[in-house]
Amino acid sequence: MHGGGGHGGRGSFDEDEILGKAYDARLMRRLLGYLRPYRGLVIVALAIILGISVTEAAPPVLAKFIVDNAIAPAVNGQIGTDEGLARLAPLGIAYIAVLLLGSGLRYAQTMLASYVGQKAMYDLRVQLFAHLQSLSLTFFDRNPVGRLMTRITNDIDALIDMVTQGVVAIFGDIVVIGTIAIVLLVLDLRLALVTFAALPLLIWLTMYFRRIMRDSFRSIRIRLARINAYLNENLSGMAIVQLFTRERASFRQFDYLNTDLLNANRGQIRAMSMFFPAVGFTRAATSAALFVAGGFWILKGEMTIGTLLAFWQLVDRFFQPIGDLAEKYNIMQAAMASSERVFRLLDTKATIVDPPHPRELAHVRGEIDFENVSFAYNEGDWVLRDVNFKISAGESVAIVGATGAGKTSIISLISRFYDVQRGRILLDGADLRDLRQQDVRRHVGVVLQDPFIFAGTVASNIRLNSAGISDQQVRAAAAFVNADKFIDKLPQGYDTVVTERGSTLSVGQKQLLAFARAIAFNPEILLVLDEATSSVDTETERLIQDALAKLMVGRTSIIIAHRLSTIQNVDRIIVLHKGRVVEMGTHRDLLAQRGVYHRLYELQYRAHEAESPMKSA
Amino acid sequence: MTSARATFFHYLAGHRLQLLVGVCLAAGSSLAAVIPPRFIGAIIDSLQKPGVQFDDILHLALLIVLFAAIEAGLRAGARYVMLDASRKAEYRMRNDLFAHLQRMHLAYFQHQRIGDLMARMTNDLTWVRQMMGPGIMQGSFTVMVFAFAVLSMISVSLKLTVIALILMPLASLTFWYIGRTVHKRFERLQSQFGDMSTKAQENFSGIRVVKAFSQEDAETKDFAAVNYEYFRRAVSLSAMQGLIWPSISFILGIAVLSVLYVGGQDAIRGELSIGSLVQFVAYLYLLQMPMINIGWISNMFQAGWASLGRLQEIFNAAPKITDPIDPVTAPIKGEVEFRGVSFAYGQTIELHDISFKVPAGGSLAIVGPTGSGKSTMVNLIPRLFDVQQGEVLIDGISVKRRPLEQLRRAVGYVPQETFLFSVPLRENVGFGLDESLTDPQLEWAGDVSQLNKDVEDFPARYDTMIGERGVTLSGGQKQRAAIARAVAKDPRILILDDALSAVDTYTEAEILRRLRGVMRERTSIVVAHRISTVKDADEILVLDAGRIVERGSHRDLLEHGGLYAQMYRRQLLEEELEVDEEREEHDKRVKAQSEEDPRPGMRPRLGGIGGEP
Repeated sequence: MHGGGGHGGRGSFDEDEILGKAYDARLMRRLLGYLRPYRGLVIVALAIILGISVTEAAPPVLAKFIVDNAIAPAVNGQIGTDEGLARLAPLGIAYIAVLLLGSGLRYAQTMLASYVGQKAMYDLRVQLFAHLQSLSLTFFDRNPVGRLMTRITNDIDALIDMVTQGVVAIFGDIVVIGTIAIVLLVLDLRLALVTFAALPLLIWLTMYFRRIMRDSFRSIRIRLARINAYLNENLSGMAIVQLFTRERASFRQFDYLNTDLLNANRGQIRAMSMFFPAVGFTRAATSAALFVAGGFWILKGEMTIGTLLAFWQLVDRFFQPIGDLAEKYNIMQAAMASSERVFRLLDTKATIVDPPHPRELAHVRGEIDFENVSFAYNEGDWVLRDVNFKISAGESVAIVGATGAGKTSIISLISRFYDVQRGRILLDGADLRDLRQQDVRRHVGVVLQDPFIFAGTVASNIRLNSAGISDQQVRAAAAFVNADKFIDKLPQGYDTVVTERGSTLSVGQKQLLAFARAIAFNPEILLVLDEATSSVDTETERLIQDALAKLMVGRTSIIIAHRLSTIQNVDRIIVLHKGRVVEMGTHRDLLAQRGVYHRLYELQYRAHEAESPMKSA
Repeated sequence: MTSARATFFHYLAGHRLQLLVGVCLAAGSSLAAVIPPRFIGAIIDSLQKPGVQFDDILHLALLIVLFAAIEAGLRAGARYVMLDASRKAEYRMRNDLFAHLQRMHLAYFQHQRIGDLMARMTNDLTWVRQMMGPGIMQGSFTVMVFAFAVLSMISVSLKLTVIALILMPLASLTFWYIGRTVHKRFERLQSQFGDMSTKAQENFSGIRVVKAFSQEDAETKDFAAVNYEYFRRAVSLSAMQGLIWPSISFILGIAVLSVLYVGGQDAIRGELSIGSLVQFVAYLYLLQMPMINIGWISNMFQAGWASLGRLQEIFNAAPKITDPIDPVTAPIKGEVEFRGVSFAYGQTIELHDISFKVPAGGSLAIVGPTGSGKSTMVNLIPRLFDVQQGEVLIDGISVKRRPLEQLRRAVGYVPQETFLFSVPLRENVGFGLDESLTDPQLEWAGDVSQLNKDVEDFPARYDTMIGERGVTLSGGQKQRAAIARAVAKDPRILILDDALSAVDTYTEAEILRRLRGVMRERTSIVVAHRISTVKDADEILVLDAGRIVERGSHRDLLEHGGLYAQMYRRQLLEEELEVDEEREEHDKRVKAQSEEDPRPGMRPRLGGIGGEP
């Protein structure tokens, strides 16, 4: 993925299997960088967490006062019944106040965490998308759309989970544990020490199970990936499985993988079933120890019942976060792996970049010059070899050749989708690499073989996102290329909704739409990729031919043609064969030469004409 | 057809003993959980009594530890037994789904996209397992802890129980409302997630157009807008979801306060001991877990049930191509006959009244333009599809009356699109055999398909792993591996569906020569584009738009001067165009090889003549 190396696709499997560490300082620092714009809110959230920890610790303490100051003295007859009842009321009100405050703060904190996390990851997502836009086509050739989709959707969602549930919660837990520890120490030093005595055991338990979980998490992930790969392959190749009567054998293998996965899962269940009860038991045993120790000191008259009860309640709140750590660990681990992949993508450098000091391209005449151009998609596998030609401004040229001769590459190179390895391409005498990509593309209109239809309306597909193109211009462009007739027949005309997949348009109509798109931008140079397309009806075919002829007037046009009418109309024909320019001239001249063009003509054009009535049948 | 409910109980019933044990353990554990508060109460009360001994307190505390241990032990047992059952159910379900899919006809996989089936067998299966495992387990704990805790509360004080639970209906109502709103907002978020994915996918797929028209910034702005809506909906979901935990702790806190307040008054009046009050509060804390879990469990069941419905759709899809009820099992000799066969795929008619007959041991070739129905025709022989009209017969018996296994064992099929599995090459070649391939068999199949020479270059010869984790084969190598695979099963009928398209002409000739030797006793049906592949067949059928338009031998058809003759002329031209350069290259290679290799012409490896990069 990082430059070089012509072997796309390899390693994708492994990449998705990266099982990150739960914590990686470098990645974490970079992730936290995305919170910087929201540091005000982050500080507020942290302050709220402090408040929450106080409201967490307060109710048991209030309960202590209720018991020690109101109920116990009244029961023991130290104060009167009425006095006891009177003391209950203010404590009750304080209790409610703490509860309300706690709930409110908790809600505010959740909202803040969610807002900040979602917004920061919104930023990251937009940044990633914008970055992908800047990468060159080589990158998209090598990375399947599905993988990029996973990065921008699922991986970033995992990061959101980490910010909103992982980081904030872990910080909150630490503060709560700290606050309660302080309260315990203040309430009674001795009982606090008894409580803390359980901590080493609890920490050991957590570490022990965390390690088991990490190992089993890993082995389950690997087995799951394995069985899903097997499943995918067998579903895709089901015809072969059935034709070769392999059902039983392939089921045996599936069962083997499935059993393997089951065993790995059972290993994890065994560990996980123990963990929560073990934590629960430790907690109960600690309470029992508290009652013993507390009872001892109460009997000696050194402690009140209320204090003991407060401890009993606080222990629960003290141990709770530690038990939850396992779940947060999973979230963190998933997020670390995701962030690694997202950042790797963000760090991919664009191979085609604008020069630091681009030449200004004010007025374009439309002269194109290929000087000794050699080009390969993959190093050493030459598609174009030492190609030389010059097209003057306003000239129309057709490029012909057998499939694989390198015609499409010429179009891609003029748009600077790729850079040449040797030689150079000049636009009005300027090397393409000295110009801004956007400047070049603004003046070069491209009609691709498979005109891509974006989800939107017919009109939005013509003007794309350029608000500068008015409705009138859209209609004019459509009319110019004969697309208005079919558009007018659509149910909502120019506002008819179209999509790439659920295509309501025929191939011919899509092509007309692509013509309209190109002409709406009024380029000085027009590149048309028009290779053999079947299934266009004769009427549309006539419209396309007519439109194409009109498009070429008054601008430099380079056409990869499959229609006889087109090549007869152009000023010049360039014949490419195996990446080399072998012949050049007008239709008539070239035919007279009886060379490659003559054979191509016999093969592609004449034979095609002969075949086409059959195709329409 | 069965219902999702029936499927649910079917898989649970497979582990009913285990589940029963699990429920009993959960009951025991829940019961054990409500006992310690009693001792806590007793400790508190005895601390107030004058003259109590420390030993009594120690004794009570030990009882707490004892019951806590019992509770933890039983709980661990219940968790293990029930989660284990769900994993086993998942295992069986996954196996059953796979076995069911193996029986489905090819058209099903074309209609039902693989990606969708994969999603069902991964995500949906996970949700169903969550429902059957953690869902049922937490459900039983929740119900039983709740029941035991409430009963124990009543045993302490009916009045306090009523006060504590008076908030319950309100709490349920609140959670029900929040749950419903969360669900709705979650769906809205999911649909926006879908829109965002679509936007990204559209952009990545159409990146050429985006770049050609300099739309990068505008596209980013568009994406940011969709993404912003996603952000907005996510925050609006949190606004509801965030209410759950604070409101639970608030309601529980109010319940505790009410109990302390009313119970405190009772204690002051001497109607209730402090110990009993504490015991009661302890029960209230036990209720916390069930209250939190209810929403979570109901979510799990909702999602699980929806997923189960999607899995049920797979189970309910009936295989259209199955074994006959009264099969004919006479050995297959290899005569193939089509009698008035018509076939439609959806609305489009693919084949129109096709009739022909190939005697056992004969050879037939089929040519015609793309989409003329050639592949469809040969697909009907091993019943990848079934004819709608007319009959396909082997040895005079309809293929529909043969056991599928016998029929398919008799047919060696090389499909148009080569599909190899990610296993060593040896296993790919021996794919159609029950036992593993012997070395002589492998050598032979490799020789016929001209694969042996390529294999020399592989790191572990025939034991080399194929595919993503091993070597990537070229188009021609893949096709030859597929031919070896078909030949290795020693079939009575061999079908090559455009199976030499990526093989260079010289190797093709070698393969065809060897195949003729192999096929002397067998029937061969070859679909091809190249005249060179088909010209020696006994009979050639020319197909156009689903009809046989010409038939006869190579010579007959050339004389006839129709479509076949036209194809022939075109291909001569094409060869002329290629030939100068290629002959040059080939000559160069042969010359170079003959100097180092004693077998001239055995290693002509021409890269991708027919196959475009």
